[in-house]
Order: sequence, then C-alpha cells, then structure tokens
Amino acid sequence: MTHRRTLADREDVLGGVMLAPALAYVILLVGVPFALAIVLSFSNATAGSLSFGWAGFHNYAAILGDPIFLRALRNSAVVTVGSQVLVVILATAAAQVFRAAFRGKRVARFVLLLPWAVPVSLAAIAWTWIFDSTFSVINWTLKVTGLLHGWLYWLGDPALALLAIIIVQAWRIFPFATVIVLAGLSSIPQEILEAAIVDGAGFWRRLFRIELPLLLPVVAVAVLFGVVYTATDLGVVYILTGGGPANTTHVLPTLAFQRGILGADLGQGAAIAVFLLPFLIVVAIAMLRLARHTEVGAR
Amino acid sequence: MAGIDIRNLRKQFGDLHAVDGVDLSIRDGEFLVLLGSSGSGKTTLLRMIAGLERPTSGEIHIGGERVDGDVPPRARGIAMVFQSYALYPHRTVFQNIAFPLEAIRTPRKQIEEKVRWAAEMFSISRYLDRYPRQLSGGERQRVALCRALVRDPKVFLLDEPLANLDAKLRNTARDDLKRFQRQIQTTTVYVTHDQVEAMGLGDRIVVMERGKVRQIGTPQQVYEDPVDTFVATFVGQPPMNLLDPRDPSLPAGTLLGFRPEHLLPRTVFGAGEDTRPFRFAVRRVEYLGSDRYVYGSIVESGAPPSPSPSPSPSEATIIAKLPGTIAIAIPEGETHDFAVPRRALRYFDATTGLRRKL
Repeated sequence: MTHRRTLADREDVLGGVMLAPALAYVILLVGVPFALAIVLSFSNATAGSLSFGWAGFHNYAAILGDPIFLRALRNSAVVTVGSQVLVVILATAAAQVFRAAFRGKRVARFVLLLPWAVPVSLAAIAWTWIFDSTFSVINWTLKVTGLLHGWLYWLGDPALALLAIIIVQAWRIFPFATVIVLAGLSSIPQEILEAAIVDGAGFWRRLFRIELPLLLPVVAVAVLFGVVYTATDLGVVYILTGGGPANTTHVLPTLAFQRGILGADLGQGAAIAVFLLPFLIVVAIAMLRLARHTEVGAR
Repeated sequence: MAGIDIRNLRKQFGDLHAVDGVDLSIRDGEFLVLLGSSGSGKTTLLRMIAGLERPTSGEIHIGGERVDGDVPPRARGIAMVFQSYALYPHRTVFQNIAFPLEAIRTPRKQIEEKVRWAAEMFSISRYLDRYPRQLSGGERQRVALCRALVRDPKVFLLDEPLANLDAKLRNTARDDLKRFQRQIQTTTVYVTHDQVEAMGLGDRIVVMERGKVRQIGTPQQVYEDPVDTFVATFVGQPPMNLLDPRDPSLPAGTLLGFRPEHLLPRTVFGAGEDTRPFRFAVRRVEYLGSDRYVYGSIVESGAPPSPSPSPSPSEATIIAKLPGTIAIAIPEGETHDFAVPRRALRYFDATTGLRRKL
C-alpha cells in the first residue's frame, strides 16, 4: 500500500490529463482549419499554387456583388428556416404520438431514429430517386390518387428543388428533435397535465397553453441544433441538386465548395464559408437566452 | 351542489385490485375524508370520481347524474386540488386562477372579477402578479384552492393538499380549509393518510384498506367504536391497545381493546367508577410535555408478577397515555396497579378481527 499521492489523487493534474485528448482534437482538427479559413478569406490564395497574398476585403466585396452568392445566401436562410419550422411541427406531433402507449411502439421508435443514423450521403442518394424526374414515387402516388394532373420536375424546377431540399433536411433533423421534445414532455409533471384536464382544458388548449410553453426551452435547444446542422450541411444539396439547375439551389457550403475546391479560388471559397459564422453566433446566443429566459424556475 | 353516489366500484390494475367493491353515499355539502395508508385505494377512488381514472366496473353518480362512463372530467362539475398543487409554472397566480375560466370561455371582465374575489377570499390578492415559484408552500396551496374555487364546482376533490406543508403551517391551513368549506358548503372529498387531518376535518371518515372500505362514520364513531382491529389500530396515536386477556369470563378467542388514554393508575379513578384493574409492568416512561407515554406489558390482573418465564397473558407492548395533570410518580421497571373504565373496553374476535358486542 503506497502512501504517496498517485495521479488519481491529484484532481488538478488529472483533470488536465483527461481533457488533453479532446482539447488536442478540437484545436488541431477544428480550430486550426477554422482559423486557416478566416485567414484564407482575406487572401488571394488559389489551389495548385503556393503564392499567398493579402487581398483585404476583396473576396467579401466580390461575393457580395455576385448574384449567385446572394441567391445561395437566401437559399441557406430559406432552407434553414423552412426545415426547422417543419421539424418543430412534426417533432411536436410525433412526440405526442410516442407518448401514448400503443402496440409496436418500440419498433416505431427504432424506425423513427433511422433517418438520423443513416449516413447523409446514402440517404441523399435514396432521396434523388424519390425526386427523380421519371421515377418519382411522389409523382406516381399523386397521379394514382388523382391529385396530380401534370408532372412535377422536383429537382429540375428551382422552387421545387428548394422544397425538396427543405423536405430532406427536415427529414434528417426530425428524429433528433422528436427525441428531445419527448424528453421535454416527460419532464412536465403528470399532475400539471391532469390539473389542466380537470380545469376543463381540451387537447388544443392544453397543447398551446400548457405543454408548448413549458416545452419552449427544450424546443429552442432542438431548433438551435437543427439550425446549425442545416446551415452548415453540404451533403444533401450537393448530392440532390449539385446547386443546380443553373446555380439556383446553392446554399453557402455548396457554393463555397464549388468556388474554393472545384474552382480553386481558395480565398473566395473561404470567404463564402465563414460568411455565415456571425449569423450563426447571433442565432445561438438568441436561442440560449430564450431557453434560459423561459426555463421553469428561472427569474 | 350535489351528493355523490358510488355503487360497487372496482378498479383493477393488472392483478391488483386497487379499489375493490366500494359503496359510498356522500351527502350534499358533506366534508368526507378518505383515510388510509398508501396503497389503500383512496387516491384511485378519488381519481375515478374526478374522471382521471376509468373504473373497471361499478357506478358513480354526481348530483344524480351517472358519470362513470364517458363523461370527461370537465363535464363532471368537479374541481381538484393535487398534492403538489400542480400550478402552471409559466403562468402568474392570476393566470393560474383564470385558467379554468378561460377554458369555459368566460368573458374577460368576468374572469377579472372572479379571480379577484377568490384571491380576496384566500388573502392572496397581493401575489396575483407573481409566479408560483416565487411563493411559499402555504401560498401555493391557497392559489390551488382558488383555482378550484372559481369554477363553482359541485364537488371539491382534494388529494392530500396539506401533505407538503410543514407541521406548523398544517394546523392553520387545516383550520382555514374547514372554515372555507363551511362557508361555501360544497360537497368535499378529501384524501389523506394523516388521521389527525381526517379527525379534524371530516364530517365523516371512510377508513380504507387494500381497496375496501373498513368503516364509515363520524370521527367519534371511528375512534370510539372501531368495527375491527384494523380501524382500532390505524386510527389513534398511539393506537388502541389490544391484548388477549385469557379471561374465563369472556368467550374464547376474544381480544380486549382500550385506548391508551383510558389506561390510568388505579388511584385516579373514583370509588364509584366501574373499572377493570390491570397489573402493568412498566418498562419505560416517555415524557412528552403535555403527556406521559408509559410503555410496558400487562401481567395477569391481581396476580403477583410471575417470577418464572411462565406464559403471561400477553407480551404485547401496552401503552398508557397519562395527561400531564396526573402527577403520580411511575418508576420504571416496577409493576403498578392500573385500570381501565369498563365503558371504554372494546372486544374483538381474535381470528376475524371483527368487533364483538358483549
């Protein structure tokens, strides 16, 4: 039996040691590229050349005057907001369903989580078939049920393509949001819901006056995650539309990839990629404040 | 205003008979207390009256109308106060009290008036703009009562509303509650496991055990004339003393019961009083200020304390509760002459536990 202090006794040192790998990972694989991206956005660096010159705000000025960039910026906003609205509605509804007891609930819950677990690229490829101009299962279904008379070119029409992107993004985030909302629902004391029933509130009044307000902090967290996931996602748009038709469905990450990597203009690609950062920070702060503000038990 | 009639009501959760054939008639304006330990089915019974639980079988009538089938809680004319008060944490006190009125689409102005009237009644007017988390337990409880009151319910259902208050507050809250019920004279069903609350509040008490009603009666009836040994020992603190006297003058298998406050030193009784004497081997005396609890066992009355481990009538611990006004010294470890007035003796069947009238 040793009487000397071992490493396990020294919490100050132990903490540092245990944090080190995670810290190294964040610094090397997230921090460095991130700082590099900011530096690159102020340079005229290109792929395939070692020359590096300062360009000041030239890259930013260039993209702000570029209609394709402006359209991508707008698309990013539309896709993010649109998919999150859809997610909040679907997740709240699904959480209500999953709260009830029914046969096959376990299987249903497993199936629910699948979209979240499936690799984005595989899922996006499957979706390209669903939205295919000839074989679209959506079109055929609508045709058979008599709801559709013409034909929808999902990925060929800019508006429909954007809608398709929103649908896929919502589909991806929805399981995660449902799980979060479910957790939030189960944290509402049963007696409060029963009190509302006895007080004479029907389903909708309970939902909108009691449950949703109490869920707000939790929903805010789910939306925050969703916003960050969606706004920074490259895969879905890249596989589904590739930014087409005619550069009308680009979002910022795909445009950054096209300009910076495929187009070899590292400076401009970096500028596009970091453009969203200030907005995301503002969104994050706003959401967290909202969550704290409405938290039950907070002032 | 309405009475409640419950006929052969049952509720099963799987194999468990939570409520097992209860018949109960609650009079209009009555304050009825359901008393039982946890698992006795009292809360399940209350929840079935509220409509939060569906009976397995049986009938519930509120104000003559049958409600056990598809009548939802909101249509039963009931209001309920939960143990945790179940206030809506994101709404102010005003909004909490207004909620049931909003649910029936009361005009704004009327809501305002009614909330202020109710808040006045429970003296919580100054808290109307606060949130529940900013209130003390007692204030929350009053908000919950207010919220129940504004609905003008036919029946109040209260589920252990005082259980979360500290002991000091509980006394005043009990008094407030009783006064309030007398004032509005609404039929009230009150669930508790606390017999002091039950005795103090109830016009009648229903003692429940394992889903069945053991006794229904006024607090006095339940305390003084328990129908069986369960009620005898469940109601009263300390419980009724039970012993097997092996008394040849009694039928075989008869248990003798008497309340601790009736077992007193023999010298206390006047010569004219008809008493049954006991030799009381005192083990320990507990001084509690207003009372003394004397713990010991009964040795065969009149006979000297058995010197050997020969079977004494009962080794059960017997408790005597002496009021502070009796100052007689009772040394521990000695045997004393005690007695119980004959009128205070109760007899029970040793096997069934049921009361025997002798």
